[in-house]
Amino acid sequence: MENLEERDTLASKYGMWFFLFTEILFFGGMFLLYSIYRSKFPHEFHSAAQEENLVLGSVNTAILLTSSLLVAISISAVKKGRNGVSAVLQTCTVFLGAAFLAIKYFEWHEKIVRGIYPNAPQLDQMSNGTKLFFGLYYVMTGIHGLHVLIGMIVISFMVYFTLSGNITVRNFSKLENTGLYWHFVDIVWIYLYPLFYLVT
Amino acid sequence: MTESRNEKSPHIVEYKTYVYVWIALMVLLGLTIFAARVEVSRYSVLVNLLIASIKTLLVLAFFMHLKYEGAFLRWFLTSVLLILSAVIMLTFADVWYR
Amino acid sequence: MENNGSREVSFYHDTGKHHGILAWLLSTDHKRIGLQYLAAIVLFFLVGVSLGVLIRLSLISPGTFMGAETYNRLFSVHGIIMIFLFIIPGLPVAFGNFFLPIMLGARDVAFPRLNRFTWWIYLTGATIIALSVLLPGGAPDTGWTFYAPYSIEVKANVGLAVFGVFVLGFSSILTGLNFVTTIHRLRAPGMTWFRMPIFAWTLYATGWVQMLATPVLAITLIFIVLGRVFGVGFFDPSKGGDPILYEHLFWTYSHPAVYIMVLPAMGIISEVIPVFARHRIFGYKAVAYSALGIAIVGYFVWGHHMFTSGMSDTSRAIFSFITFLVAVPSGIKIFNWVSTMYKGSIVMNSPFLFAVSFIFLFSIGGLTGLIIGSLAPNLHLHGTYFIVGHFHYVMFGGAGFALLTALHYWFPKMFGKMYSERPAKIGWLILFIGFNLLYFTMFILGYNGMPRRYFDYPPRYHTGHVLSTIGSWILAVGLIIIFANLIRALFKGEKAPSNPWGGGSFEWQIPSPPPHENFKERPVLKDNGH
Repeated sequence: MENLEERDTLASKYGMWFFLFTEILFFGGMFLLYSIYRSKFPHEFHSAAQEENLVLGSVNTAILLTSSLLVAISISAVKKGRNGVSAVLQTCTVFLGAAFLAIKYFEWHEKIVRGIYPNAPQLDQMSNGTKLFFGLYYVMTGIHGLHVLIGMIVISFMVYFTLSGNITVRNFSKLENTGLYWHFVDIVWIYLYPLFYLVT
Repeated sequence: MTESRNEKSPHIVEYKTYVYVWIALMVLLGLTIFAARVEVSRYSVLVNLLIASIKTLLVLAFFMHLKYEGAFLRWFLTSVLLILSAVIMLTFADVWYR
Repeated sequence: MENNGSREVSFYHDTGKHHGILAWLLSTDHKRIGLQYLAAIVLFFLVGVSLGVLIRLSLISPGTFMGAETYNRLFSVHGIIMIFLFIIPGLPVAFGNFFLPIMLGARDVAFPRLNRFTWWIYLTGATIIALSVLLPGGAPDTGWTFYAPYSIEVKANVGLAVFGVFVLGFSSILTGLNFVTTIHRLRAPGMTWFRMPIFAWTLYATGWVQMLATPVLAITLIFIVLGRVFGVGFFDPSKGGDPILYEHLFWTYSHPAVYIMVLPAMGIISEVIPVFARHRIFGYKAVAYSALGIAIVGYFVWGHHMFTSGMSDTSRAIFSFITFLVAVPSGIKIFNWVSTMYKGSIVMNSPFLFAVSFIFLFSIGGLTGLIIGSLAPNLHLHGTYFIVGHFHYVMFGGAGFALLTALHYWFPKMFGKMYSERPAKIGWLILFIGFNLLYFTMFILGYNGMPRRYFDYPPRYHTGHVLSTIGSWILAVGLIIIFANLIRALFKGEKAPSNPWGGGSFEWQIPSPPPHENFKERPVLKDNGH
């Protein structure tokens, strides 16, 4: 009969995957709205996307992809007993997350000062398709950004656990599941990026 | 019960495997920017979403370890994605044919 | 009496460092969590019933007790409480929590601390909804469905109420996640998937629906709040938005939600009927698979709530077709329950009476569902009392009666006391009569054109409304007798044996009430109980 510890690991892994499934449906509702409205207003979406800063969006994509790499390696490091290396990599991930959010803040700020935000008088002058594009932009990148922030907080806890010996070669399920969450957040951005920056 | 495999030693993915995957992801990122720039017009979005899906598959398979997990999880994930797709398609059945 | 050592201490005794109410609120014991949930949902059920009685009172004399605005808030709060605080958490949080681990032969669920967290979230959500009713601005008058654009514009406490529902949604999602993982990982040795009790199968299917449908409601509710607070116009036609998309998103959750309500109910009936017919369930595998079938197909029928909204003809035809398909697995269950009773040796105790009336009432609800699932009748019946009758038959006659079944079936096990049979049966009969008078009349009212959610109406509907309201009083009397009987038993009931009904699942092999860790040693399933 399997020992108790081992069963816990698989149960926790299932638990995190099941949670990610709920997140798929959660973001799915937003992607559904996006795809419907894009099909209704293809030209407005096309030109509104040109307002987006392709460089910043691409840099952000590269940042998240790299952060996923670091998280993945940090887990292998723990499995090899290299907790110190792991903690450094996890910390770098948090910093990359912060960089992502900083760029996002800059992008949002730049639009808001130009009056491009929901209910702004300037945006209200524009076409319906444009209004919907930016509404979706703020909502989707905003909720995504919230998930990045939560991920950063959780990874920070993992850094502490890694350094304090709570996470070990035999007991790394917390870190693994945190990694799964972070990769999921990365994947959402992998789709957000073309939808808002590349539909030109 | 297929889920009760005995994992005495955890499967460790080598650092360099992850780095290769990352390189592939970066190449795909470059490709997707290129595809967006070049006016492939109607198919541009489709190509970009396809590239995004390949990136996603790489992240799922390697970073998220799905390649090494049981078929169970892969099957569940596929079902969830199919359900979401069906919901979107059914909604389009309304919007497109009004 | 089996394995009932006199030194066996039940889970009611405080063992940890906390005592009194803290020992319950902070407990991770699935039995304590289950009982607290049970108390809450029964409380909200009775609040909801009271609101329902008030609605019926207003309807026999519109304007005498309240104005139209208040009436609109009344039926909205009635719906919100009944659906989000009673029926959707309902059977899973009360009886799933208490009995799933025991029936699987486990000590607790997969994630006991997460379980406790869902209870705290539930309390939080309930508080927020109560606040939305009590604070200035008043309760929503949008109906429990919160349709845009009205829900975005109206001055009532919609944002707050919707936030409360959002919080409750997390409780639901995490409960489902917990149960699904528990079933995957914590079954006793020998208990393969096809040897689980059917109740476990239905909780499994329900758990998936909770996980995969509720998030869509979550994002939809966020859209409402964003619309109210920031003017995000996804459903506002003047900003290019489409109100029908709100309905799509809302019903993409709210249809599967009815399967969250009814699947565990069907699971309970599948437990009770075989025990009281002294006959194993007919077609175990079909009943198990049909639970999955209902859950999956039920994802793709939501459009039948929107046939008159302005949807395309193509999609209406598709949704109607799939709606007919989803009736098939339900029909299989009904057929199998009836076949279980055939040539069985029936013991007419109260759990059985409630279970059998479930079959009858749910069938009426289901069949009328087919009527309104057909496109042409739906155009005539949508938005009428026919719908109200339909869903009360399936939700109350179905899930509600299943809750009463579970209560009477498992009462001895949970509380260690027996209730009196006679008042239970009398209460059941009065409830049954009142129920049918109250709700069957609605089919006739609706067919003759009486709209739902209307404060008043032309004189020709008056008789129907009076009959229906009288039904509500009879129903209330029945409920009072039923609950008074059970409450009395809590204090004065005779001590219950381990297995008063002769059931075969694991919970009947442990003392009533169970000890803290459920089993002295891990049970092993040797034979096939079905």
